[in-house]
Amino acid sequence: MAVPTATDIPDEVQSWIGQKRYSEESEYSVERGYIMTSCASVANGNPLFWDEETARDTTQGWIAPPSMLAVWARPHYWSPGRTETKHPLQVHFDLKDQFELPEGIMTGNSLVFGTPARLGDRVHSWQVLRSVSEVKTVRLGRGRFWEIDVEYENDRGQHLGTESWTCLGYRTDG
Amino acid sequence: MAAPARMLLFDQVSVGEKVPELEVEVSATTVVLGALASRDWRPMHHDKDFAIGRAGTPHIFMNTQNQAAWFERFLTDWTGPRGRLGRMQFQMKKPVSPGDRMVLSGVVEGIDSDDAGFGWLEIAVQLSAGGEVKTRCTARITVPMDESDNPWLREGDDWRP
Repeated sequence: MAVPTATDIPDEVQSWIGQKRYSEESEYSVERGYIMTSCASVANGNPLFWDEETARDTTQGWIAPPSMLAVWARPHYWSPGRTETKHPLQVHFDLKDQFELPEGIMTGNSLVFGTPARLGDRVHSWQVLRSVSEVKTVRLGRGRFWEIDVEYENDRGQHLGTESWTCLGYRTDG
Repeated sequence: MAAPARMLLFDQVSVGEKVPELEVEVSATTVVLGALASRDWRPMHHDKDFAIGRAGTPHIFMNTQNQAAWFERFLTDWTGPRGRLGRMQFQMKKPVSPGDRMVLSGVVEGIDSDDAGFGWLEIAVQLSAGGEVKTRCTARITVPMDESDNPWLREGDDWRP
């Protein structure tokens, strides 16, 4: 869904549009335990992720399911020394704060897959705000839609994929 | 030794063909496990009070990445391991929650070849429950042109998702 950018948005938010923000390295590398956990959560028996011979012959070793693209860049729920919650899609939370919209939900997602992530890869990601809508009233409440792209690449500079989100920030009392 | 894996070839598919349906009873475990497996700690995916009181939804609900994982599993169950996803786009219209009997269905809407000569399938996928469409997905996936072809080895100009 293309979201046309509204004209009534603060200058600070306007300045974020099209800018590369939150460029970060993942806190951990791509690992097999999490791949198996993800496959188990959806009963995915694809032998690429369970059978070493198939993985070797087909993908030249273990890879992660493409749908796990975003998983490797998501922060731990807690880590030593951290005093504030770290969010995986921080631009979304920044926008909720800017517009004082306490609730948020994802309404659309688009994924374009590049080179598969392999065991041991460290993932580099960054976020780009694409647009912010005017205020709208929807079933859940009143708020705005915005679109955010997240780009992912491995530590060899290969493009792993692009994730595009359509998000709704809203108030249920508004 | 593992049994030979299924291998769907490009010339075996035609427009209008249906992907075998997948039915799953969604429980709280399905939703919570899926959220944690995709490292999504937000409370609407595990805390029913939060989901109802704050998010305004009737129950906890399946998160986006877990839906993507279900779509991937649904499609590669059909193609076999050499099926390689190029793109997925989906719109979540209504939440998928415990108690839903989730049905994934799909139909081949398009077949084309890219400039490198490799074949792609456009699949319209629906996730429904109780006769209601919850999420609509369009997926672009490539499968081998013949038994010697392996889409996973395509890179650079040969990978055009």
